[in-house]
Amino acid sequence: MANEPHDHGHSHGHGHSHGHDHGHDHDHSGSSELTEQQARVRALETVLTEKGYIDPAALDRIVQAFETKIGPHIGARVVAKAWTDPAFKKRLLEDATKAINADGTLGRVSDHLIAVENTTSQRHMIVCTLCSCYPWEVLGLPPVWYKSAAYRSRSVIDPRGVLKDFGVTPPAETEIRVWDSTAETRFIVIPMRPAGTDGWDEEQLAELVTRDSMVGTGEPLKANEVTR
Amino acid sequence: MNGVHDMGGMHGFGPVTLENDEPVFHEAWEGRVYAMQRATGLLGYWNIDMGRAAVEKLPPHIYLGVSYYEKWHRGLEARLLSFGLVSQKELETGHALHPAKPVKHKLTAAEVDAGLQRGSYFRKEQGPARFAPGDKVRTKNINPTSHTRLPRYARDRIGTVEAIRGCHVYPDSVVQGKGEDPQWLYTVVFDGKELWGPDAAAGLKVSIEAFEPYLEPA
Repeated sequence: MANEPHDHGHSHGHGHSHGHDHGHDHDHSGSSELTEQQARVRALETVLTEKGYIDPAALDRIVQAFETKIGPHIGARVVAKAWTDPAFKKRLLEDATKAINADGTLGRVSDHLIAVENTTSQRHMIVCTLCSCYPWEVLGLPPVWYKSAAYRSRSVIDPRGVLKDFGVTPPAETEIRVWDSTAETRFIVIPMRPAGTDGWDEEQLAELVTRDSMVGTGEPLKANEVTR
Repeated sequence: MNGVHDMGGMHGFGPVTLENDEPVFHEAWEGRVYAMQRATGLLGYWNIDMGRAAVEKLPPHIYLGVSYYEKWHRGLEARLLSFGLVSQKELETGHALHPAKPVKHKLTAAEVDAGLQRGSYFRKEQGPARFAPGDKVRTKNINPTSHTRLPRYARDRIGTVEAIRGCHVYPDSVVQGKGEDPQWLYTVVFDGKELWGPDAAAGLKVSIEAFEPYLEPA
């Protein structure tokens, strides 16, 4: 991503593990305690490096980018802007990739991002039943639950049951629309703006936008759940 | 292929388990696998769909029994072996024993810093789109033994074209080494009852992203 490193100190429901060992070329626990899996991955990386196929420094930067730069805070800013700027929201719903790139302050996303909007009559949920397709450019890498058999199998047949696992119970009359990401199109949900946020600016609103609310399995935080 | 990866609508996997403050990678090796996956994708031997197909081909007990990044790790090793980029002996010893094969591109740190972006899968159209928004379509009853994006739960079902998403690389062709064969892609939406029968939840709609060869007029 071309944008600035972002402070992750606020709560978007995405944790970061800056505290533990991410070094691949050293091991704080002692190399004799490598698990078989760790050893296999290390062997693979060594072989690929020795053969000149990969540069470990490039791998470091990829890991670093996903741990520090690319995350749900990007999507949260997109949603907050959609909440405050009706013209932007209209463009976003027409072509999310184009709208985000044209804005110039929200980072860059590649082709095929599609934004869908929750309303009082319809709410959206995103899944990839076949694997793990996810809008990583705006939400970071998917959490384990998104890739789990439980989520992938049930979302398309019992989305309300899945939502219950997330503590979400939409009104009975709300239509549930599930988007199965079976191609290179990627989806982001624009949740409904929480009540009591009149006059909030984009930055304040972005604090309310959780990762799960942009996948469609959660709600944004309420106005009184953040300190202003 | 009708693999266990195609799990939409299956029962028995239990509730969704959530984790608070989940790290991006739970262990350092997961990040290395993810990054190797991306870097090796640029070597010029396979595309992203072939990577997905390799994971789907894992035996069902492995697919369901190991973690996500372990699946990708195994799929990656399988692909590297099948293209002769590494040998089994090299993986076992953890060192290069044979000369490297030529590669198209080796990813650099500077390139990563310049921005990680997804590739575009848009391609020039090969002809006019056969369907338009609002058209009723029936998905075909196909059961290819290779990679496809038409999930089992949505085969031989009547739905409505909601949007045309442009002309895209056709994964079903790419994985067979038959080239990109660009196809129109549509969002096709189904009523819950069409997919799951009369007991389906009221007010449920499910859409898939369907390539034109999957569809016929209904």
